[in-house]
Amino acid sequence: MPVADFEPVIGLEVHAQLLTRSKIFCGCSTQFGAPPNTQVCPVCLGLPGALPALNRAAVEMAIKAGKAFGCTIARRSIWARKNYFYPDLPKGYQISQYEVPICSGGAVPVPGLGKIGLERIHLEEDAGKNIHTERGSEVDLNRSGVPLIEIVGKPELRSAEQASEYLKAIRLALIYLGINDGNLEEGSFRCDANVSVRPKGATKLGTRVELKNINSFRFVRQAIDYEIARQVELIESGGKVTQETRLFDNEKSVTRPMRSKEEANDYRYFPEPDLPPLVVSQELLDTVQVPKLPQAIADELITAGVPQADARTIVSDPRLVDTHRRIGGDPKRAALFVVGELARAVNENEADLGALKFDPALVRDVWKLQDGGSISSTAAKEVLGELIRTGEAPQRIVERKGLAQVSDEGALEAVVDAVIARNPGEVEKYKGGKTNLLGFFVGQAMKELKGKGNPGVLNTLFRKKLG
Amino acid sequence: MEGVETTCGSRILEGYVPPYDATVVRKLKQAGAVIVGKLNMDEFAMGSSTENSAFGPTMNPWDLSRTPGGSSGGSAAAVAARLVAGAFGTDTGGSIRQPAALVGCVGMKPTYGRVSRFGVIAFASSLDQVGPFAQDVRGVAYLLGAVAGHDNDDQTSSPRPVPDYAAGLDRGVRGLRIGVPREYFGEGLAPEVERAVRAGVEKLRSLGCEIRDISLPNSPHAIATYYIVATAEASSNLARYDGVRYGHRAKATQLLEMYEKTRAEGFGAEVKRRIMLGTYALSSGYYDAYYLRAQKVRALIRRDFDQAFATVDAVLSPTSPTTAFKLGEKLDDPLAMYLNDVYTVPANLAGLPGISVPCGFDSRKLPIGLQLIGRPFDEETLLRIARAAEPSDCPLPPVLEGR
Repeated sequence: MPVADFEPVIGLEVHAQLLTRSKIFCGCSTQFGAPPNTQVCPVCLGLPGALPALNRAAVEMAIKAGKAFGCTIARRSIWARKNYFYPDLPKGYQISQYEVPICSGGAVPVPGLGKIGLERIHLEEDAGKNIHTERGSEVDLNRSGVPLIEIVGKPELRSAEQASEYLKAIRLALIYLGINDGNLEEGSFRCDANVSVRPKGATKLGTRVELKNINSFRFVRQAIDYEIARQVELIESGGKVTQETRLFDNEKSVTRPMRSKEEANDYRYFPEPDLPPLVVSQELLDTVQVPKLPQAIADELITAGVPQADARTIVSDPRLVDTHRRIGGDPKRAALFVVGELARAVNENEADLGALKFDPALVRDVWKLQDGGSISSTAAKEVLGELIRTGEAPQRIVERKGLAQVSDEGALEAVVDAVIARNPGEVEKYKGGKTNLLGFFVGQAMKELKGKGNPGVLNTLFRKKLG
Repeated sequence: MEGVETTCGSRILEGYVPPYDATVVRKLKQAGAVIVGKLNMDEFAMGSSTENSAFGPTMNPWDLSRTPGGSSGGSAAAVAARLVAGAFGTDTGGSIRQPAALVGCVGMKPTYGRVSRFGVIAFASSLDQVGPFAQDVRGVAYLLGAVAGHDNDDQTSSPRPVPDYAAGLDRGVRGLRIGVPREYFGEGLAPEVERAVRAGVEKLRSLGCEIRDISLPNSPHAIATYYIVATAEASSNLARYDGVRYGHRAKATQLLEMYEKTRAEGFGAEVKRRIMLGTYALSSGYYDAYYLRAQKVRALIRRDFDQAFATVDAVLSPTSPTTAFKLGEKLDDPLAMYLNDVYTVPANLAGLPGISVPCGFDSRKLPIGLQLIGRPFDEETLLRIARAAEPSDCPLPPVLEGR
């Protein structure tokens, strides 16, 4: 059977660090990038006798994610210990949730794919980091105890492309919720993939392989595509896929065996005796507010007449959505500005979305000047560019740069008359029926007026005079 | 205790100096206690004779050829030998009450959650509780009052207010109902111990207590249940002693080799035995049959007590089936050692407060203790009954006589 006759089945497990100020079970800072082992205490170092004390903010963020994806929030969930030995795991176990997670069910809306089901979302603590240097291996425990949610998706994805889109949708949603920074390089947003293949039409799942170390969207696609091809080839040649964990090598774009099912850890999960069950009160459930997710905002923009592609671009960054909202007025026109002038300014490093120099509401002032005929559409573009760069009031930019447009009929009439007088031949032709010469006359007048004449008024005047 | 080497009687913590105070230590310092030093114990509180210590055994002040019990045998012996006014220990299955009985002092395990476990090196987190030793019940009441109370650092600690335990000690016991469970007076109980404990029952009757025969039918399963739950939790709690961050680290070139050698060299035989038992009980495929089943039995044991406390105010039993045994006598027979805790373990499984008070001596002049078990967080009533039951004088052990 060729590849086309196989159906890949993919499910992703996403680990997302929560944006709490302190760690999940102690008061240490979660700031990234501090010198090694400077954000630690007896609790996150796993010193003898230290006990965990739960950070409420982490619970609220997990509930936020659960509500956003339509999960069932457990009113009483259970902490569990996942036991294994590793130098970056100071207690010899990770406090996680196992049999009763805080969120179960739910789904993630993915553009073009509909909804992809979720198995569960649970809370847990991050481990530290092993650093291998020439001196030997060292452990940095600054990350130990940083709160994580693990979002376990159902195996409903059918291609590497779909997996990548799903991952992007989750990442964007978490950024919108303000609970994760979506930073794949720093590892605050990580993903493992479970991949299997089966003959098309089969209902039974094939043997799955878990892929680790896929820390970019490109690697997700490469790793899954490689793995699908590897498994199909294996089956084609009469072999069998074995259940194992494989590591993605991003330099060679291949996956390699990491450990087999036999070598897999027996995590010996059991309820964490140091923490009472996690009880979520109705009050807490009610106080956690969920902002609109990107998909919903995009739908609203499209309904308001914003082209689909522009709507996608805007929701790809919550800061663009925010700017769009703050401009106000006509959503289509505001969208045009955001994906046009603003996007260009950002690309040319003239603007920083994180620290805009201008009040977006001033964009409407530019429109007013343009619509009222005070400035031409060309001048309006220039004013917008200057507004983005300086934040100066549009009226003042117009004055400073002399961009005001002459709309006064009396002032324009003299110029119109002069142009007519200077071009008798063209006047003749126009009157003979070549009415498209109107542009020529307006152009001549504009030249005289150094571009500041109101083209609409000039049009009307020429038409009237050439009758 | 900050700045003082703390090893839990284990080689694996050799050289470990904690950078912080346990909540209990902080509270004692705040209350003005003079902390004299730290005392011997069975390694990681695993044992009933204080012989499983990397420092060697502690001896019983009443007979230096015998053990003081354990695991907090050092604390019990120091109080009995009048070295200190009071001491603390932890009680996971009887480690305060049994040594208190064997050296003739008072020792109390409070309700689970009454005293913060923050900073207390864990053996079995759902059973461990810190408690005091003193020469008499009043001393225990003072010490408990100093360390009890809620602690934000221990989420299993209770927010209930702490009463003045010493205030009501002499209010008497007239009208209180004492349950005597028949399952606690069966096979294995030394006749001399039974006689002394029954004399204690009669003393309470004479003081106005109503004595009732009761049944705690699931208590005979307590030891088996305990050795699943406690070892399972211990196997996880002791995983942190891996040589990576503190304590003993074996010389090795590979990570796995370092782990294996460190733990092989650092832990004693009993600790290793329990880590293996607990690891097995939690293993995939065995979890339901062992750990889960043990939790169910634990719930039944707790329910027995709930039902008993509907009709009685406290339960009375022997603390330990025998008086102090010889050093080395049970070292090669773990099961015989485990049976020392047959009467104390149920209170840990049920999370209930228990206290051991002296109730006489056997023919060898070795102390005997009786145990009282109370309702959750009703240490007050328990102390009141214990006060009534305790002897009027505390004789000096022979080791001190003539000095």
